Amino acid sequence: MTTKFEVNGKQVEVDVEPRLTLADCLRQNLRLTGTHIGCEHGVCGACTVLVNGDAVRSCLMLAVQADGAKVVTVEGLSNDADLTPLQKSFRKHHALQCGFCTPGFITTAHALLTEEPDCDADRVREVLSGNICRCTGYISIVEAVLDARSAYKKDGAR
Amino acid sequence: MKLPPFEYAAPATLKEAVALLASHGGEAKPLAGGQSLMPMMAFRIAQPSLLVDLRKLPDLKSIAIDKDGVRLGAMVRWRDIQDDKRLAQAHPLLQAAIAHVAHYQIRNRGTVGGSVCHADPAAEMPGIALTCDAEMTVMGKGGQRVIKAADFFLGALTTALQPDEILIEVKLPAWPAGRRFGFQEFARRRGDFAMAGIAVFYDPDAGGTASNAHVGVIGVGEKQRRLGKAEAAINGSTLDEAAIAKASAAASAEVEPQDDIHASAAYRRALTGTLLERALKSAAG
Ligand SMILES: Cc1cc2nc3c(=O)[nH]c(=O)nc-3n(C[C@H](O)[C@H](O)[C@H](O)COP(=O)(O)OP(=O)(O)OC[C@H]3O[C@@H](n4cnc5c(N)ncnc54)[C@H](O)[C@@H]3O)c2cc1C
Ligand code: FES
Ligand code: FES
Repeated sequence: MTTKFEVNGKQVEVDVEPRLTLADCLRQNLRLTGTHIGCEHGVCGACTVLVNGDAVRSCLMLAVQADGAKVVTVEGLSNDADLTPLQKSFRKHHALQCGFCTPGFITTAHALLTEEPDCDADRVREVLSGNICRCTGYISIVEAVLDARSAYKKDGAR
Repeated sequence: MKLPPFEYAAPATLKEAVALLASHGGEAKPLAGGQSLMPMMAFRIAQPSLLVDLRKLPDLKSIAIDKDGVRLGAMVRWRDIQDDKRLAQAHPLLQAAIAHVAHYQIRNRGTVGGSVCHADPAAEMPGIALTCDAEMTVMGKGGQRVIKAADFFLGALTTALQPDEILIEVKLPAWPAGRRFGFQEFARRRGDFAMAGIAVFYDPDAGGTASNAHVGVIGVGEKQRRLGKAEAAINGSTLDEAAIAKASAAASAEVEPQDDIHASAAYRRALTGTLLERALKSAAG
């Protein structure tokens, strides 16, 4: 089946089997390997991407269901020139070690901060409860997200 | 794991969707948010031959509120319930319960209809539907019918739905202004399925005497259920310490809990009573 959607601002068209998940489609067909696949059944959050602005698990969505949607992956939340405020904050607070979980945390945190730049620590913890990190112990991730809030308050996004 | 192969369709009308479901000899399944069905397929617990995606069907995404109650379209997401400010008045118990469903990303996709049709014994929405005497409107080859929650949930992951039927709407009866309620659940981590959960409401008269008590439990035993003896202990009482203790003891005695890797049966029995006690205290408070 063909499916057409927008990824990081670019229109794409792929021919896929219905059973292909959006996560596999992004990685294999579109070579956007920033989206990581940990569990393939919805429990780890590594595969989180934004679909029409909402953070969703791309392993629990079919590529054919993305037809007509706007998808943003972790690649779409960075630029070559400089680190974004969220990336800088992750670096400053040592919010990653091996980095496997990081794309899922960045996409989730971006969605949260875009909608709720005034969220408190409790809300950040609640939202991040859907993402698993085996390295950091989470405290540094929560701090990084809280510290990045100011950047989202000023210009609304990024 | 990768998903087993299947055919896929995203029809634009209910009629087409029902016809597609009926055409595959019971092997086709509706796809809503996919947050339960996709993991089941990854584990090969489900291997449908055809997925009928409901995402293009009109009219299943609205929350309608009027004097008769709250009507939740089958494709209403957890997120939509949390964001709807009207529900704080129109059905505060629903909002309190849904706050415990899954995680942020899953709440952006998971739906009322998917949860009700999946019928996990520990899931919040089926528990609320049963506790609140909800009515499910379903559409199949033979037309539309309405099923009461008490007749809808038959067991773990089992409902009265026929293979060609699609759930359209869940109707919760109107919520009177003076109603008292509580929702409590216990899970190891926020967003995980409940080891036990309690939903309770009652209508107090001017002197504070309770009537019309409804108590539902999730995560304990093979399906969500009402606790009639606990309800009887609440009705006619003023919910003083003694009445609360009596109701929670009744609840603990009444459940038929299971042992599993998450908790022992004895623990779940004790938890049921404790959660009812907390729910009643928060209701009174
Ligand atoms: C990590 C994780 C944690 C979770 N935690 C919780 C939790 O704490 N509490 C909780 O309640 N849920 C939890 N869930 C499940 C989640 O809430 C699901 O969204 C929900 O159970 C199913 O909704 P869905 O829209 O995703 O349905 P789907 O997965 O698309 O469908 C589920 C089933 O219902 C059928 N179906 C769907 N819609 C209809 C319809 N309109 N008519 C007829 N049949 C239909 C499908 O064929 C399928 O059999 C969790 C899920 C994950 C992955
Ligand atoms: S890979 Fe999608 S949640 Fe783990
Ligand atoms: S940094 Fe290694 S899993 Fe999170």
